[in-house]
Formats: sequence, structure tokens, C-alpha cells
Amino acid sequence: MIENVLPAIYLLASAGFILAVKWMSHPATARRGVIIGEIGMLLAVIGTLLQPEVAEYRWVLVGIAIGSAIGAPLAYLMPMTAVPQLIALSHAFGALASALIGTAEFYKGVIPLGFPMGALVLETLLGFLTTTASIIAFAKLQELMPTRPLTFKGQNVVSLSMLTAAVVIGGWMVAAPAPVWAFPVFVGLALLFGIMLVMPIGGADMPTVIALLNSYAGVAAAAMGFVLNNRLLIIAGALNGSAGLILSIIMCKAMNRSFTNVLFGAFGQLTAAVAGTTAQRPVRSATPDEAASILDSARTVIVIPGYGMAVAQAQHKIRELYDALTKRGIEVKFAIHPVAGRMPGHMNVLLAEADIPYDKLLEMDEINGDFPNTDVALVIGANDVVNPLARTDKTSPIYGTPILDADRARTVMVIKRSMSPGFAGIDNELYYMNNTLMLFGDAKNFVAGIVKELAGSH
Amino acid sequence: MQSYEFGLYVFMLAAFLGFELVKRVSPLLHTPLMSLSNAISAIAVVGAILITSEKDATTLTRVLGFIAVVCASLNVVAGYLITDRMLRMFRKREPEKK
Repeated sequence: MIENVLPAIYLLASAGFILAVKWMSHPATARRGVIIGEIGMLLAVIGTLLQPEVAEYRWVLVGIAIGSAIGAPLAYLMPMTAVPQLIALSHAFGALASALIGTAEFYKGVIPLGFPMGALVLETLLGFLTTTASIIAFAKLQELMPTRPLTFKGQNVVSLSMLTAAVVIGGWMVAAPAPVWAFPVFVGLALLFGIMLVMPIGGADMPTVIALLNSYAGVAAAAMGFVLNNRLLIIAGALNGSAGLILSIIMCKAMNRSFTNVLFGAFGQLTAAVAGTTAQRPVRSATPDEAASILDSARTVIVIPGYGMAVAQAQHKIRELYDALTKRGIEVKFAIHPVAGRMPGHMNVLLAEADIPYDKLLEMDEINGDFPNTDVALVIGANDVVNPLARTDKTSPIYGTPILDADRARTVMVIKRSMSPGFAGIDNELYYMNNTLMLFGDAKNFVAGIVKELAGSH
Repeated sequence: MQSYEFGLYVFMLAAFLGFELVKRVSPLLHTPLMSLSNAISAIAVVGAILITSEKDATTLTRVLGFIAVVCASLNVVAGYLITDRMLRMFRKREPEKK
């Protein structure tokens, strides 16, 4: 009886995952997508617990309880701005699980050479390298370590030889019974390669990397499916693998970058050469009340939020500014660059949290034509996504990256903590233009200052 | 060998399906989608349960499996809760849209 029900449960779980991804592609059905995904996962777990070969429940249940007890507060207590690194962290755990299962299977010693061992090697390799790579990505996003690309001479050669060595040892294990030291060395190389993979990548490219790591974790899970002969794992893993890959490609396209560029840190090295060339140049700055009076006399305003807004948690103050300006009949729109913040959609999530209406958030292609007819472009904590060098300077490392044409607005105001460069590590021409005013300060406090001035002048 | 061959077909079809489904996702939903796919990759929990619960597991496989269960269920719970938390913010605004 139970043998007939189990495949049906797994089949339903697979359908759940497919529907989850499908429904996730539209805002109106996205919530439903999460719920069906949760049901799919629940069915997968129940279906597995009911398998006849599952004999020892104790450790499994204790493990699930501990994992949930750590995971739930983690997801609820981290601030919304920390979502990217939270995904990276959660990812490290998932990948570690795949890797440890591969290790356990290996030491059981029942996996035949050839195809099954090949799947196990792939699972373990991707699992371990994704674990360390995700931890480094987390550390960079959480700013526990420098976010700039960390490179040294001959880095690519070292990383590639590590990967080659791991693949050679892996191939050996597939072809013939390997000596005792082979597996631990293989694991060590995979862990090290994961670190080497992400170290040279700058914080600005981290979203692409996380999507790519997502894809690796998916392929690792699918490989596990081949080892355990479990089709649910194959389906979920393959779905995930291709979803992660296409997401990172979409993101690379948005930044006009190639995968190889992102992965081999060419960006970082170029940057170092350019950064030194800019000496101190004069900029014009303004106070909150000056900024308030300029905004007050404008008819159209475009706000360009960036990571600085996320860090300062300024979204609620921006909502107040939006209300104050709209009440005066000033048209306020938000220009969202595809890679503003640390993840695509990062700004949308934060502005949504502050209840700023949906239809005021416009994407780059929709809004770029409006800048020449805009009185004020207010840049809040964004930098590289409004750097006109991307259009004009062929030698700039960001040349060709699509940007928001903030410089074409009649007046540009930039709220920024200091003149320090953004994640790309280069200077921003926008700040030195004649129609640009720099508003130095914390985004939240400065916007609060403007709102106060606007309220006072009435 | 036949079962692997069948598995490879399943893998290929599911991979193409993933491509087609995600290609159409609006940029607005990229971050939630990333987090959802993070949660789905925690399907490794299935493998973790199977390894840990074996009757004649050695101490080594039991310990490795147990850690894997903890990690994978952390990934499941955190992944779905983050996605849910993000989407709740989108929904709050929907009535205003109409």
C-alpha cells in the first residue's frame, strides 16, 4: 500500500516546485508560489520519512528541530537590508548539507565506480566550493571583510590549477579505487577553490555570484539525485540549477558584463589603475534648507535610490518626502536601476516596505527618456549606476554599463556621506558638474532635514 | 544503466523548464525568486534524512548526516521565511494599485 502512495507524494512535491517557480514570475501570484513551494517541501519531507528504509527517526527529527530553531529567528530578526547576505548564508548551509551527504555516501563505500561515483564527485565538489564561496560572499556583503576585489599576482593561475587538481583527483576516484588520502585532499581543494572564486570579486558583482552559487547548489542536489537514484532531487535540482544560471545571466546583461569578466576579476585590476588619477576637485555642496527650497520650486522630481539608502534605512523618511512633495503638486517618480543596491529588486523591496506606490517605481528603460524634462534628480546613496563616465569614457572600467541619465536633469542633488568612490572603486564625474549639488550626510538624517524644512516653510 | 539514462532525460527536461519559467520573471521579483530558489535547493534535506535514518549507519555517516539535516532544514526554513517576508511587503500595496 505505502509503496504505491510514496511515488505519488514525490510526484506532487515535484509539481509543487515547478508551480512555485512559475507563479513566482508574476507579482499577483507570487505569494501563492511561496505557499505551493512550502507544500512541495513538506510533501518531500513527509514522503521521505515514510520510506520503508527510514528506520531511525530520532536523529532526523532532532536535526530538523534544531535547524528550524536557528533558521526561523535568523529569517525574522535580520533587517530587510540584510536580505542579500542572509540568502548567501542560508545558501552556505544548504550547500554544506549536500557536500556532507556526498561525503557520508563516499565513506559508506557502496557507490560503484563510473557514473554513480562521477555524480558523487560532482555533488561533493560543487557542495564544498559553494559552501566556502557563499561564506565569503556573506562576509563581503556584511562588510566583515573588505568589499573591494582582493587579488594577487597569478591568482587566476593558482585558482585554475586548484580546480584542475580537484578535477583530476575526482576523475581518478571515478575511474579506479583511489588511495585513502585522495578524498580529503579533494575536499580541501574544493573548499579552497570556493574561497579563491569569490575573493577577487567586488561587492557590486555579488548578486550575480549568489545567483550563480544558487545554480551550483541546484546542480549539486541533482547530482545527489543520481547518486541516490531519487527523481525528486533531480527535478528540483535541475529547476534550481537552470533558474540560478539564467538569473545571473539576466543580471550580467543588466550590467553589460560578461561572465568571465565577473568571475576572473579583470574589473578589479583595471579599477586600481584608474582610482589613483583623480585629485581633489571642487564640488558644490548645499544644506537641507537649500535643498528643500530647490525641491519646493521644482515641478518634476526623480528620486534615484541606491545602496546608501538601504544602509541608512532611509526608505521611510523618503516616503515622508514623497508625501510632502506630492501634496504640493510636485510629480515624484523613482528610477530603479536593475542593479541598484546589492541585488536586483533590492530597492523595490525597501521602497515597498515604506509603502511607496508601485506605479511610481520605474525601471531604467522606462524613465531614462524623462530626465531631460526633469527639474531635479535626487540621488540618494547611489553612485556607480549614475556615473556618466559609463557613457563617455572608453578607458573607464565601467564603460558600456547602462546607467540612469541623472546628469541630464536640470539640477542634480546627490545625498552622500563623503566623496569616497562606490563599489566599482572609481570617481564619479556627476559630482563635479555645474548643475550638481552635493548634500553631504547620512541619507536618513538628510532626508529628514529636508522634510522638516518643507513642513516649516508652509 | 537504464535508470541513469532516464534520470538524465528528467534532468534535461526540468532544466529547460526552469529556463523557460525564469526567463519571464519581472525584475521586481528577482530577489524573492533568488530566495525561493535558495529554499528549493534545500531539497538536499531529502538526502540528509535518508542517510541519517539508515538502520545500520556507522557513527561517521550518522554524524555527517545529522549535521546535514540541521543545515538543510535551516536552509529550508530560512529560505521560505525570507521569501515570504519580502512578498508580504509587495502585497500590502496591492489594493492601492487598483
